[in-house]
Amino acid sequence: MRGLQWFNALSAGPAAVAGLPASLKVADGMLGGQPVRFIAVVTDPDNRFPRARTGEVGLLEGWGLAKAVDDAIARGDQRPIIAIVDVPSQAYGRREEALGIHQALAAAADSYARARLAGHPVIALLVGKAMSGAFLAHGYQANRLIALRDPGVMVHAMGKASAARVTLRSVEELEALAASVPPMAYDIESFASLGLLWETLSVSQIEQPTADDVARVGDCLLKAIRDVDGRDLSGRLGASNRAASSHVRQLLREQW
Amino acid sequence: MTDLLSRHSFVELGARQRARALLDSGTFRELIDPFQRVMSPWLSRQGVVPQADDGVVIAKGSIAGLPVVIAAIEGNFQGGSLGEVGGAKIAGALELAAEDNRKGIETRAVLLLETGGVRLQEANLGLAAIADIHAAIVDLRQYQPVIGVVAGSVGCFGGMSIAAGLCSYLVVTREARLGLNGPQVIEQEAGLEEYDSRDRPFIWSLTGGEQRFNSGLADRYVADDVAQLQQTVTALLQQGVPAQQRSRQAEHYLARLNELDASPHIDAATVRALYQGERS
Amino acid sequence: METLSFEFPAGQPPKGRALVGCVGSGDLEVLLEPGTPGTLSIQVQTSVNGAQLRWQHLFERIFQQPTPPALNIEIHDFGATPGVVRLRLEQGFEEIGHD
Repeated sequence: MRGLQWFNALSAGPAAVAGLPASLKVADGMLGGQPVRFIAVVTDPDNRFPRARTGEVGLLEGWGLAKAVDDAIARGDQRPIIAIVDVPSQAYGRREEALGIHQALAAAADSYARARLAGHPVIALLVGKAMSGAFLAHGYQANRLIALRDPGVMVHAMGKASAARVTLRSVEELEALAASVPPMAYDIESFASLGLLWETLSVSQIEQPTADDVARVGDCLLKAIRDVDGRDLSGRLGASNRAASSHVRQLLREQW
Repeated sequence: MTDLLSRHSFVELGARQRARALLDSGTFRELIDPFQRVMSPWLSRQGVVPQADDGVVIAKGSIAGLPVVIAAIEGNFQGGSLGEVGGAKIAGALELAAEDNRKGIETRAVLLLETGGVRLQEANLGLAAIADIHAAIVDLRQYQPVIGVVAGSVGCFGGMSIAAGLCSYLVVTREARLGLNGPQVIEQEAGLEEYDSRDRPFIWSLTGGEQRFNSGLADRYVADDVAQLQQTVTALLQQGVPAQQRSRQAEHYLARLNELDASPHIDAATVRALYQGERS
Repeated sequence: METLSFEFPAGQPPKGRALVGCVGSGDLEVLLEPGTPGTLSIQVQTSVNGAQLRWQHLFERIFQQPTPPALNIEIHDFGATPGVVRLRLEQGFEEIGHD
C-alpha cells in the first residue's frame, strides 16, 4: 500500500489518462510550480489477471505504463515523470508467459527510456520493493533514482526463495553470502554502495507519510529534477563497487 | 535429405563462432578479447570458476559491407547469465554504436541472445547492467536497426527477454524459447498447477520460437542453419529501421487483452487468434 | 574452487596463442600463450577440490614426450574428465601449431 499512499500524498487532481487498468495510478501534480506526472503500480484485488492482483507488474500494467508515459510525451511540454516504485515482482503465471509479458514490460521500459531521451526528467522514487523485471519496467530507466531509507525498501533480481533454488543454496547460505557480496544483498544500504542511487533519505512514517515527510520528499524530487543534466544513465557509474562497469566501457572505447 | 545434409547448425556453435559466422569473411575483430582477461570480479570470491570473456563476445566487422557490432552471449557458461562485466560489454558496445551514429558512422547492432537473464551471483549489478542495455537499445534503435537473434538452445529469459522485446527485429528458430520468467521460477512462485516446469511440450507450445512467430511476437522464423540466419540478418539490416516498433503498440495490445476472457487458462491457439486474428 | 599451479621443462615458445573450450558443465576453457623459454607453466582454476595429484599425473603423462613448447597455460575447469582435458589441450596445441 506504500505506493498508493505516496502517490496520493504527492499527486493531486483527477486521473490524467483514461482507459488504464485499475492497478495503475496516473495523475499530474505540481512541483516547484510546474506540472509533474506521477505514476504508481498498486494492488487491485479484482485484476482480470489473477497473478497480478497484489501490485505485480503484469501484462496490463506493462502496456498500461507505456500508454501513461506515451501520453506524457505526447503533451510535448517535457514535464517531469515520477515513477513511485513499490513493486513486489513481475507477474509469474501461465497466462502471462503465453501472452508475452516480456513484450509488455519492454513497452514500459521503451516508453520511459524514450521519455528520458525526449528530455523529460524521469525520476524513480523507491518507497517499497523494486524487484527484478517489475523494476526494469517501472523505474529503472529513470535519470535519477531516489530511495527512502527503510528495511522495506529493497532492490533485487529475484526473491530469496527462488534465488536459493536456482543457485542451489539454502536461504541461510544465500543470506550469509549477501552479507559479504554487496550486489547480492537485499538491503538498500548495500544497494546504495553500488552507486546507482542519486540520493537516499529517511522519513518519519513511510507507511503513512506526514505532511513534513511529503514536503521533504517533494523537495528532494525537485532537486533531482533540476539536477538532470543529460539524457543517458551515465550518472550511475563511478562507485568502487561498480568499478568493472566503468573499466569495461573505457576499454571498449579504446579498442572501438 | 540433401537439404538437411547441406545445413550447418548455428545452435551448435559457441558465441565466438556465431559472431564470426554472421560477419563478412575476414572482418571479425573482437573487443576486450579473452586474452585481456577482463573477468567477473564477483565469481571467484564465491567459489565459482570464471570465464576469460565473462561469457560475452563483442565483435566489430561488417555484414554485406554494412558496419556492425555483434554482442554474442555464450549460453554454456553459467546459463548465459549476465553479470557486471558481460552486461557492461553489451551495454557499452551499444552505447558506442549510438555515439557512432551521432557522428555520422552508421553502426548497426546484432544481439545473439542465449541467456537466463541476471546472473544471481552478481544480482543487482546484473540487473543494473540490463537496465543499461535496455536504455542503449532504445537509443541506438532511433538511428539503425538492432537485431535480436534467439537461436537456442538456452533461449532468452529474464531481463534480457525485455531486451529482445525492444529490438527492432527479432529472429527465432524452432530451438528458441522466449519468456520473461524461467519455468522453474514460475513453478516456485506460483505452484505446479500454474506451471509445470517439467512438462516440456506444454512450455514449448507457449514460449517456443514457432509460437512466438505465429503470434506476432517475433519477426522472422528460420531454420537452424548458418546460411539462412546469415541471409535473414543481412536482409533485416538492409531494411533499416521498422515503420512501427512492436514495443510501441500499447493501444493495440491493450485492446486485444481487453477482448480476452482471462478467467480460464489459455492455450497457444488462443494467443495466436487473439494477437493475429485471421492470419494465424 | 581451487587454484593450482604446475611447471614442466619445455623448449622454445611458439609465436601464436590459442583459446579452446568453454567453462560449461563437464568442460573447460584453455588459454595458451607464449611463455619463457624452457618453461611450461600451467595455472588451473577448478570447481573440483582436492584434485591436485590427478592434474599433476595427467600433465606428466601429456608433457613427458616429446618436449612441449614453452607456454603459459591458463585453465578454467568446470568438472571436465581427464579425457576432455587431454582433448582440449591437444586442440590448443594444434591451433598454435597452425599459426
